[in-house]
Amino acid sequence: MGKTLLDKVWEEHTVRTLPDGRTQLLIGTHLIHEVTSPQAFGMVRDLGLKVLYPHRTFATVDHIVPTDQAQEPFSDPLADAMVKELRKNCAETGVTFFDLPTGKQGIVHIVGPEQGITQPGTTIACGDSHTSTHGAFGAIAFGIGTSQVRDVLATQTMAIGKPKVRRINVDGKLAPGVYAKDVILHIIRKLGVNGGIGYAYEYGGSTFDAFTQEERMTVCNMSIEGGARVGYVNPDETTFEYLKGRPYSPQGAEWDKAVARWKAVASDKDAVYDDVVNFRAEEILPTVTWGITPGQAVFINESIPDPKDLPEKDRDTAAEAIEHMKLPAGTPVEGIKVDVAFLGSCTNGRLSDLQEVAKHLKGRKVDPTVKAIVVPGSQVVASIAEKMGLAEIFREAGFEWRGAGCSMCLGMNPDKLVGDQLSASSSNRNFKGRQGSPTGRTMLMSPLMVAAAALTGKVSDARKVFGIK
Amino acid sequence: MSLAKITQVTGRGVHIPGDDIDTDRIIPARFMKCVTFDGLGEFAFADAKAAEKAAGRLHPLDDSRFDGATILISGSNFGCGSSREHAPQALYRYGFRAVIAESFAEIFFGNSTTLGIPCVKMSKQDIDDLSALIDKTPSALVTVDLTENKVTVDDVAFTAAISIPEQARKPLLEGRWDSIADLVDGLEDVKARVAAIPYLAAR
Repeated sequence: MGKTLLDKVWEEHTVRTLPDGRTQLLIGTHLIHEVTSPQAFGMVRDLGLKVLYPHRTFATVDHIVPTDQAQEPFSDPLADAMVKELRKNCAETGVTFFDLPTGKQGIVHIVGPEQGITQPGTTIACGDSHTSTHGAFGAIAFGIGTSQVRDVLATQTMAIGKPKVRRINVDGKLAPGVYAKDVILHIIRKLGVNGGIGYAYEYGGSTFDAFTQEERMTVCNMSIEGGARVGYVNPDETTFEYLKGRPYSPQGAEWDKAVARWKAVASDKDAVYDDVVNFRAEEILPTVTWGITPGQAVFINESIPDPKDLPEKDRDTAAEAIEHMKLPAGTPVEGIKVDVAFLGSCTNGRLSDLQEVAKHLKGRKVDPTVKAIVVPGSQVVASIAEKMGLAEIFREAGFEWRGAGCSMCLGMNPDKLVGDQLSASSSNRNFKGRQGSPTGRTMLMSPLMVAAAALTGKVSDARKVFGIK
Repeated sequence: MSLAKITQVTGRGVHIPGDDIDTDRIIPARFMKCVTFDGLGEFAFADAKAAEKAAGRLHPLDDSRFDGATILISGSNFGCGSSREHAPQALYRYGFRAVIAESFAEIFFGNSTTLGIPCVKMSKQDIDDLSALIDKTPSALVTVDLTENKVTVDDVAFTAAISIPEQARKPLLEGRWDSIADLVDGLEDVKARVAAIPYLAAR
């Protein structure tokens, strides 16, 4: 009987079974940021413990960084204190810190892959639920709480039960103008925001085989929005090609040995899954959310559903969403007025996202009623995009070109919605208040759909706006 | 480190209705600009409370009938979204000692268990009945009993089955819910495992 990648990685990283039945699981790579780590360092100190393997933890600063201010001190003293705290903790313990002046700072889930720290067959943990992103490389990557950050700092392990595995196949060719973001929004819409509880999602099929590494990251990133703490894609040549030559990737003779190990860690052909779900790529259209959970999504040619037409279990949340969004049931999503367009985040703030939008944006202008910002996911992304002339294209079109950070994804820095502004956002969560204003409204969509909304001032079908056929 | 054995939690309940109550709702991100968890309790559900007030309604946590409640009752997928431990920390500091819901998001569930907050599942029908009962008699004392996997309410004949994974129930009952001591006990095994895994052994 064949094994899944999860089986193999779990087996290799199992230290022992704890008295409560959970696994003491070795975490090969630990990523930290300023929001969920300071208390953990404090707890390690209070317990008289030390950071066991400082060279296996990597830090950066992302959530609280103002994207319109490069110089410290930051105008927000709380944010300033958090950066200083992380700097101090890293210096004291010997943890590598991709700090603001390094030119390598950025969103933790963008920095790990671009530095080559994220590798197949590894276990990765980070105090952030979007750690599932790293599964795109065939790593088993978990979002964890601060007490577990403490556990990993002090013991390089954590206590966790082994999840079941659901194989999600997407086969076929996506139509032009349909992206990885649409694929994951569609999967969540169909399987539910709690459908993945207790599961790791293994994504595969010909659509995934054809995806670039960055497209796979977009899908794995949002696994948690479907309730799955872990999402992964089996590593292949696309993965190896992406990793080759990156700063932390194995070099020389070590590279070949690593690739051999990485190939062996992929799920066996006859692997046994706890569940299998199949989708066809051709059935997926540009998708946007209309409510307050990422599962409340429709295709661009659909309307906001009437709660009474939904399954009973979904009706209350739908009614709550309609009240919050101030958009009545039956409203076609195409044409909804947009106030803000946000392009960025750990879901869609990578170079390929910016390239795809810039390609179509050239010579066009943002609607004057829209505040449009583009936030590169890392300083490296920003620097390359500037050299390639992408920044200039965005600026000329009327986007604000910002510095790297989480920005308007989560309302922990100056980039926030105001009042009940409606945002077309390439991020991952449309929860009430998520973008920094308690009454703010978020519609999630692909980067190109965000650009289409920015240009037209309303939710639009990017295929029509940009003449994509 | 010696931890309390959590066999049962007794207290007044409060029902916060709704499914998919996410951790941003439990503690909005702007309150996470802190380097300790102290003081988070007062901000639990801050925006949800304000929104209800603005709509001319009363959030259950603003309803004085439920003051002092220590058991939170809610719907399905409670605690979804962000992994922020600030969410269960805020609930704990607010005074909650147990959560009853139809289902829980995984990271929230694990974070809560580590803090010694039992999160137990109950059927929708039983949650509806329990909520109605509390609404009628807010002073009713609710007991979450982990030894017998049930919830009972004093003075009335309410009993309902609950479920909680054994991997959480056992450590709560045995006073090992914070796993750090167990993990530290395994450090020799950790070092051996690190030495056996190529990408970790090589430096």
